[in-house]
Amino acid sequence: MSPLVELTDVAFAYGERPVLSGINMAIARGKVVAIMGGSGSGKTTLLRLIGGQLRPQAGQVKVADRVVSELRSRDLYRFRRRLGMLLQFGALFTDLSVFDNVAFPLREHTRLPESLIRDLVLMKLHAVGLRGARQLMPAELSGGMARRVALARAVALDPMLILYDEPFTGLDPISLAVIGNLIRRLNDALGATSIVVTHDVHESLAIVDDIYFVSEGRVVAHGTAAQMSDSELPFVRQFVHGEMDGPVPFQYTAPPYGEDLRLGRP
Amino acid sequence: MIDWFLDTFGGVGQRVLHGVRRLGYATRFFLLTLAKSGTSFARFGLVVKEIYSAGVLSLVIILVSGLFVGMVLGFQGYNTLARYGSESALGVLVALSLVRELGPVVSALLFAGRAGSAMTAEIGLMKATEQLVAMDMMAVDPVARVVAPRLWGGILSMPLLSAMFSAVGVFGGYLVGVVLIGVDEGSFWSQMQAAVDFREDIVNGVIKSIVFGIAVTAIAVFEGYDAPPTAEGVSRATTRTVVTSSLVILGLDFIMTAFMFRG
Repeated sequence: MSPLVELTDVAFAYGERPVLSGINMAIARGKVVAIMGGSGSGKTTLLRLIGGQLRPQAGQVKVADRVVSELRSRDLYRFRRRLGMLLQFGALFTDLSVFDNVAFPLREHTRLPESLIRDLVLMKLHAVGLRGARQLMPAELSGGMARRVALARAVALDPMLILYDEPFTGLDPISLAVIGNLIRRLNDALGATSIVVTHDVHESLAIVDDIYFVSEGRVVAHGTAAQMSDSELPFVRQFVHGEMDGPVPFQYTAPPYGEDLRLGRP
Repeated sequence: MIDWFLDTFGGVGQRVLHGVRRLGYATRFFLLTLAKSGTSFARFGLVVKEIYSAGVLSLVIILVSGLFVGMVLGFQGYNTLARYGSESALGVLVALSLVRELGPVVSALLFAGRAGSAMTAEIGLMKATEQLVAMDMMAVDPVARVVAPRLWGGILSMPLLSAMFSAVGVFGGYLVGVVLIGVDEGSFWSQMQAAVDFREDIVNGVIKSIVFGIAVTAIAVFEGYDAPPTAEGVSRATTRTVVTSSLVILGLDFIMTAFMFRG
């Protein structure tokens, strides 16, 4: 079976500043895949290319055998109806209750009767453990709860592909484990495919099937979670074990230390 | 010398170019919003919600200001007219000042400060908190779903607010002129009725308020949508909405008055 998401020689630059170059990825259906890398390595840009928010300057991004950058506006929106996205801090609509947030995509894209929408919303909220919070407003939720509501909203239309942009940022250990488990369970229950952009090594290793490491706009390593955990590649080792120095240097580029301190001069 | 000249006037030229580019961008955004207004009319409830936010919630400031402006006109008008023994024309002065000028202009300035700034801040914050991106990724066009209903809500609210401002203002003039000072009530109303022309005065006033409504709301939604997604960006966009709208209202008022009341 062909991969659900396929990137071939993708390059992208913001103006004159290159962000990605020569990116190749193939993400199989049904998998949960993490894209990891340091800040500014181009992870979120990759997610935006897959979601069709950005167009690559070179190469191709294919999802479900269709080239995303070639989709016209109407086709792009039709494609996005089969896509769920969890943004970094949830991005809930602040003027809508938890219930209405989850009902939003259903009301916008279907003509289902309100009674059926109610049942579907309660099922999605039950799946993330927040059926009892349906009447709360986003301002009344903790960070972890907001992320769970956003997750319920992202899967409201049973998407084929779910994109997660830094889903673990700023969460306490319990919320972090809950979100991690939900990502895996919802993916398997819906028969979907998930791409998780994250820094969080330990939570990701526990839930994902494959990992891509991205550094300076290139894929520097790729393999299963177990392979990456035991990898001896210097960048992967430094990232997975949180080592202070390595391919990503501790010191910002500077003149030699001795020269800076004027050692050996009269 | 040449360097000084280039430094001084080069900056001015760049600012002008930036301004023209931004005007073109704003015009394109306005036309795009009009083209994507289908959802607003198919689901008119979205517009009604915005009429409530922009119109109903602006009522207090509009009505209170209208009353005071009318009462001040009553005092000032009586003071001037009494010098020529024409106190009975107080109703005409109050009504014409309000329906031709003060009603549309002052209500539009207040609308820009109250509703326009709120619209910019709301859309700007939705952008800063990625709500617009989330909507776009859910295959819901934010221009059609968020911007267009607000634009139409503002455009429909403005003439109604302006009419209410003028009506309450006339009542304020009546309170001061007739009830407080003692101008003859019959001549106050009858002279007003005889002198105020429906086509020349009231319709022209309504046209002005519609134009102001389009200008203020278009500026407000554009500034919100274009705001940099930071606290400072939203705050600057909100300020720009009020300043630009106020200047545009006064400029448009001069142009329209020149065409409408040439005599």
